[in-house]
Amino acid sequence: MAVLIDKDTKVVVQGITGSQGTFHSEAMLEYGTNIVAGVTPGKGGQEINDVPVYDTVWEAKKEHGVTASVIFVPAPFAAGAAMEAIAADLNPVVVITEHVPVKDEIKVIHEAKRKDITVIGPNTPGIIQPGAKQKLGIMPGHVFKAGEVGLMSRSGTLTYEIAAGMTQADIGISTAIGLGGDPCVGLTPIEGVKLFENDTDTKAMVLVGEIGGDAEERAAAYIKDEVDLPVVAFIAGRTAPPGKRMGHAGAIISGGTGTAAGKIKAFEDAGVPVAEKPSDVAKLLRENL
Amino acid sequence: MKLFESEAKEIFRDFNMPTPSSGLAKTPEEAKKRASEIGKPVVVKAQVLSGKRGKAGGIKFADTPEEVEKLAEEILAMRINDLPVEAVLVEEKLDIKQEIYAGVTIDRNRRQYVCIGSSSGGMSIEELAEESPEKIVKTHINPHLGLQPFEARQLAVRMGFKGKQIHKLASFFMKLWKIVEAYDVELTEINPLILTQQGEFIAADARLNIDNNALYRHQELIESLDRAPLEENERERRARENDMAYVELDGNIACICNGAGLTMATLDAVALYGGKASTFLDLGGGADAERVEKGIEVALMFDQVEAILVNIMGGITRCDEVAKGIVGAREDKGIDVPMVIRMVGTNEKEGQEILEKAGIPFLQTMEDAAQKVVELVEEAE
Repeated sequence: MAVLIDKDTKVVVQGITGSQGTFHSEAMLEYGTNIVAGVTPGKGGQEINDVPVYDTVWEAKKEHGVTASVIFVPAPFAAGAAMEAIAADLNPVVVITEHVPVKDEIKVIHEAKRKDITVIGPNTPGIIQPGAKQKLGIMPGHVFKAGEVGLMSRSGTLTYEIAAGMTQADIGISTAIGLGGDPCVGLTPIEGVKLFENDTDTKAMVLVGEIGGDAEERAAAYIKDEVDLPVVAFIAGRTAPPGKRMGHAGAIISGGTGTAAGKIKAFEDAGVPVAEKPSDVAKLLRENL
Repeated sequence: MKLFESEAKEIFRDFNMPTPSSGLAKTPEEAKKRASEIGKPVVVKAQVLSGKRGKAGGIKFADTPEEVEKLAEEILAMRINDLPVEAVLVEEKLDIKQEIYAGVTIDRNRRQYVCIGSSSGGMSIEELAEESPEKIVKTHINPHLGLQPFEARQLAVRMGFKGKQIHKLASFFMKLWKIVEAYDVELTEINPLILTQQGEFIAADARLNIDNNALYRHQELIESLDRAPLEENERERRARENDMAYVELDGNIACICNGAGLTMATLDAVALYGGKASTFLDLGGGADAERVEKGIEVALMFDQVEAILVNIMGGITRCDEVAKGIVGAREDKGIDVPMVIRMVGTNEKEGQEILEKAGIPFLQTMEDAAQKVVELVEEAE
């Protein structure tokens, strides 16, 4: 059993003819991702990296039985692309695009929930399963080693940083999920924890959070009451000043809530050790595995 | 993007929402003239993009135009939460029976818009939520259906209103929701919303924040504002135009990294070793040599920078491009502060060769790099 994707997942890349779509579909194919089709409205009939391109997701599904989508469509059209994937019952739908208006995100997430479909992102590096050689996203595959730790994070490069540290310490990853850096994302930390908890391939979890919102605090409370697997956390933004937006739209401390200190305390209260620096994550995992 | 109260009220009026009669003034003389036009006791309100104006002394009452002139002069000379006051709104003073609160914002946990009301307005909603949470009523909005009139009426009833006032207040909430939808609003508040002695509801304040990601849909509004949509200095503007996220801090080490989370973690690591960051600079995804060079240039424009830390975890971003940018910046700009580089990931060998050739040292881990840059700053002092 695996989390959200597995080796049989058949992937469609929406926006495959764009520069990002073309570049990353090639990188995904090299990694081993089972990309069977691409979609760009109006560009049907072309081939990109030997992958056939269709005008609609519906056609890609009819011809190839695609089961999941990864979206590289520019922000003004990204939500529309996600709606198309949801209408075709693809699951998960991974939205890499950043700067998607929040009103659009809310509509997409609401529709996906109604159909019990998981949206990852937007503004996410994606999802990767090193053991299954599947990545739906933009992460450098070589820093992720296959293993038994589930990793989820609100930040892209920080995910790579921590994965690389784990790889160096010879600790592997079952599935890594970038939750996305926006205030409203499809998959929340608490939902991610639930997925890993039910995954027989995952023996421990790493939760990487950052300032802003209270999703980490909620996940900590859930872990305290419900989760038996060892969990280790890291929180970025200990030194971030209040009121300033630190790159991610979601990373802002407002009205005294969403501070790193509050999140760290919530994890510690739940018995979850919190790493002081990214490289300490591997150490804490060793101690707790 | 935050709108000034006066700008938000223009939008309110477009949606037929009752607001007090008012006029904007940039000088004390103008303020006096506005007060004479209104011809009643007035309020003079600082126009700044910051909350807690009242507490800071930015809202004052006056009975005569002469008094308004004097108060406007005082307020226009103020800085409120470090922002200069460039205009005042002169506004008819209302005959207050009750101050209430009405707002719409996003519940990030539920990932839905939420409509909020309270029969006690005037104070900040955060304080109210802490002191008397029972006085706050909410309704979450189905994003496909929008706020329904019955939900708006329910809010009014739960806030304790009766008879005709239920319909009047519900209509306020419906209008607020229409504005939220029309302008991609992430937060709107009327605090206080006044119930007058005559039984009318009037928006005495107006706060409206628009989602920056949706500004492309609202060009007409931006053009009508007669100002730049974002408040920023020269360095912030240049960073934004080059697709970087840039925040100025009070330390002396410029942190230039890729990815918001990694940049924040780098700032934290610098602090852990006893240093202080001057700059949060996230180069963004896939930065090429030119963007890296621009990033270093922007960071160095900030006077308090005494050292640079470049921390790159290459994914989409290629280390060879980063290295070219660093070498280019050193050649073109002549960097006279110490620079510490950590660079791993995509094309790291190629990148490190470029740095070696140029005689620029680099480190393998972000923690070593953070420690090193702090040492260098301490040595220089």
